[in-house]
Amino acid sequence: MRSVLAKYCRTSRYIFRAGMLCLLMGFVLVGCSPREPESHGTEPRVRLVTTDQYVNSLRYIFGTGIELRIEFPPFERTHGLLANSAAKAGISSSQLEQFQRAAASVASQVVDPANREFLIPCKPHDENSADKACATEFLSRTGRLLYRRPLQEAELAPFVENAELAANRLEDFYAGIEVALEAMLLSPDVLFVVERAETDPGNPEQLRLDAYSLASRLSYFLWNAGPDARLLDAAASGELQTDDGRARAVERMLASPRLVDGMRAFFDDMFRFNEFRTVNKDPSIYPQYQSATAVAAREQTLRTVINHLITEKKDYRELFTTRSSFMSPALAILYEIPSPPGWVPYTLPPDSPRAGVLTQVSFLSLHAHPGRGSPTLRGAALRETFLCQEVPAPPPNVDFSVVNNPDSHYPTQRERVMAHNENPSCAGCHKIMDPIGLGLENFDGAGSFRKTENGALIDASGNLDGREFEDAVGLAHALRDNPALPKCLVQRLFDYSVGGPPAVEDQHGAFLSYVNENFAAEQYRLHELLRTIALSDAFSRIHEPRDSVPAGQEPGNDERQTTRSPDEEAQDVELES
Amino acid sequence: MQTLDRRRVLKGMLSGGAVTVALPFLDCFLNDNGTALASGLQMPVRFGTWGYGLGGTTNVFVPKKFGPDYDLPPEIASWARVREHINLYSNSKGYLDGNSNRCHFSGWVITRCGSSPSDRIPGETIDATLAKQLGKTTRFNSLTATATGDVTTTYSYLNGDTPNPAEWSPLKFYTRLFGPDFQDPNASTFTPDPRVMVRKSVLSGVMEQTRALQKTVGAADRARIDQYFTGLRQLERQFEHRLTKPEPIAACQPPGQPPVEPSMSNEVESVQLRHRMMTDLMVMALACDQTRIFNMAYSAASSDLIKPGYEKPHHTCTHEEPVDAELGYQPNASWFTRRSMEAWADFVEAFTRVREGDGTLLDNVLIYATTDVGYARTHTLDEMVVFTAGRAGGKVKSGLHIDLKKKSPTAVGYTAMQVMGADVPSWGTLNNKSSEVLQEILV
Repeated sequence: MRSVLAKYCRTSRYIFRAGMLCLLMGFVLVGCSPREPESHGTEPRVRLVTTDQYVNSLRYIFGTGIELRIEFPPFERTHGLLANSAAKAGISSSQLEQFQRAAASVASQVVDPANREFLIPCKPHDENSADKACATEFLSRTGRLLYRRPLQEAELAPFVENAELAANRLEDFYAGIEVALEAMLLSPDVLFVVERAETDPGNPEQLRLDAYSLASRLSYFLWNAGPDARLLDAAASGELQTDDGRARAVERMLASPRLVDGMRAFFDDMFRFNEFRTVNKDPSIYPQYQSATAVAAREQTLRTVINHLITEKKDYRELFTTRSSFMSPALAILYEIPSPPGWVPYTLPPDSPRAGVLTQVSFLSLHAHPGRGSPTLRGAALRETFLCQEVPAPPPNVDFSVVNNPDSHYPTQRERVMAHNENPSCAGCHKIMDPIGLGLENFDGAGSFRKTENGALIDASGNLDGREFEDAVGLAHALRDNPALPKCLVQRLFDYSVGGPPAVEDQHGAFLSYVNENFAAEQYRLHELLRTIALSDAFSRIHEPRDSVPAGQEPGNDERQTTRSPDEEAQDVELES
Repeated sequence: MQTLDRRRVLKGMLSGGAVTVALPFLDCFLNDNGTALASGLQMPVRFGTWGYGLGGTTNVFVPKKFGPDYDLPPEIASWARVREHINLYSNSKGYLDGNSNRCHFSGWVITRCGSSPSDRIPGETIDATLAKQLGKTTRFNSLTATATGDVTTTYSYLNGDTPNPAEWSPLKFYTRLFGPDFQDPNASTFTPDPRVMVRKSVLSGVMEQTRALQKTVGAADRARIDQYFTGLRQLERQFEHRLTKPEPIAACQPPGQPPVEPSMSNEVESVQLRHRMMTDLMVMALACDQTRIFNMAYSAASSDLIKPGYEKPHHTCTHEEPVDAELGYQPNASWFTRRSMEAWADFVEAFTRVREGDGTLLDNVLIYATTDVGYARTHTLDEMVVFTAGRAGGKVKSGLHIDLKKKSPTAVGYTAMQVMGADVPSWGTLNNKSSEVLQEILV
């Protein structure tokens, strides 16, 4: 009853009914959330798929047996997320070549005699020639999943014709399918997620995502993959555009094991784990830190996140203080504990100097130098990654050698970085980083615990936004209680869900406040936050795009266009003719 | 013994019927003076770039003597084996033109784009400009590689949102170049694959869809879809190449075996090894005329290369290591620079090992090499250095040290563009705009 009521209260379309219910039933049972503020929405976006999205989608369509050894280049990180650049990233010829190689590999595997039985829903009347009916059945069914919408007749026909042409020329039905599927996988509609807008029938003055675009936005947000057949069915029937239908779809997606894929992708992005790809430690200083250690460190944190937030459905803030984690042989040596046989749940002892993801090897080693730790890098990373605060770059002409000489007579980092405060041009920024990072000085650049540095006892006390602490566990609790922590997650998650941050004039301040309040009211549980965003009007509201100028070009008087559906395009053609 | 001439060889090949037989590339395929193919086509002249991070220290980097036979201070002592092939341009200055100095970014962007960036890369890089002209006929429009093991280490951009991602794995680079899709110009047989013909024709349908999509999106996205279309054209050209018997090329001797993937460590020794491996592959790709535009990045602008036993990576070292009063420079930072210059010498030398016509491959290339700062410790864009290597088909002198007298490094880039035949009246903007060729390097 409580959850049903809460859902009613959160969903703006139900606001009147929910309000009445709240009044009638009182505020004893449930605290009624505020109404979602009016939202300007976002522009319809054209997003380039990522490697993981491509792989996840193809594995859903063709099964996990499909081997995909691909790695498309990552996007540029903007506003804290790589995903935020998906709607801006261009595609070079060499990158398209990679897509083509992937497409050829997938097509070849699908028609392989070992797989075709399961992946192609029909058999040709003659394997040595074309079979239009079977080709049409396969290509339309597969195309619907790849395009995330049904193919128009004019779109499907060329693929079928090409399959026929190739089959007859090569005297092999499956070769025809292979060639057509390779081409389909290369289609820009497959590699770009093209969002389309339509007039909102409930509010004709405004635009909303069309049903298939909404399905895609939901699916990439929650599953990091294209929509499945059921979601497309819901889009086709119109159910997804109803409040109940959308709520049902979101509940199903939240309950699906595929939510793990989606949230691993999000937190991997937010926590900047792509940087693990190039993290290196000097083996002569940290011989215990191998490339396998970096892989395991990333995995440990992601397992911790998923277990804490999705399996256990716990408070997001406690992710930074939890003693529950997972352990692997590669990490055990850094934690100085006996090696487990593989990945196992692991609870830190009560007197452990570690608590939460901040003290895991991932954060500690990623934000450190190859041969030593760095209070400054760690302090900056904490602010930027978990609190969404920007730390200014150092002045170009600063002389760091004055303040960062590890060969000086100062035994510990504390004394060395204190010199930052003696230089006014350094002090302004360093005082927002160093006092945080010094709290992690009991961990070296590889993430191992240490009590001393150069024979001197390490003082790991510090300060986070006025909250004093004595050590890393104290820092973890200070971070847990920092009001910017959950707000940062909300901001990142909303940007991620809609494919990028809103344009400056569209800042969703009021909306984000509304989500923050809901998140707090729901004890900072991720599922509730995902639901709030996915069911919000802001998530599906669309406004006319302000055409940005293509990179490298001067502003001009280009006509403004809204990304529209093929149906609307066709209507225009008919009208013109 | 009967001597072979071109007519006799061709006659023998033609008598082979439908399956042509190519003999090894012999001098008889060249014209009399060895500078052009017998078909009358000139040896292709290629353009490439090489990039590394964190500049150098002027007092131990820049020669005192100008002109030919310049001296080799400690940081470039490794050039001794290739000095005759390298022009060193010193005393250059990158002009910020009112923008702030974005550390380890503004400098290299000026050298590659011709403009000071306000925050993002302002447009295409010089290689992308020249690829439009020189990359239209080859299998690859351009090739971009790095020794860092990181796909994002690239100095090549089509625009601010579209980097040319770098090949970072020697094994993957080999497979892309010389794997199953490679058409050996010196192969004894040639049989067009009917499957490739079909795949090529199917591609036209995808192009139609791309055109249709272009009409439905806004201007910024239209430009992205246009890039996509260009990529499809390139794929189409690759299919065409596989359907066309290539001209034999004597210098084309691709490696017979894929390389063993090396360590991806950031230690300098590992990076230098990968650099040599990627260089050898790149050089052979050029020798086999797979591309005429190439980019190699030895290290990122904020290089994080490691010196074993030294706790800080290169970039951090340049900022935090004190200047040794006795030496007059930062010893460890200088150690990193010396290793970078060894890699540059390796790169240039690799081109000299391939015979082409009556010279070497290096005679038919022009390599434009840049860095991101003049002096990394302070991020200054004064005292920036630029290098070129090669003779661009005989158009350029080499082995010179030239004083740029505070000109923008774009003076070298503009000269390179002119040498490569680009029809542009100038290159760059504001104080980085160059419209005069450096006459002293022209033959």
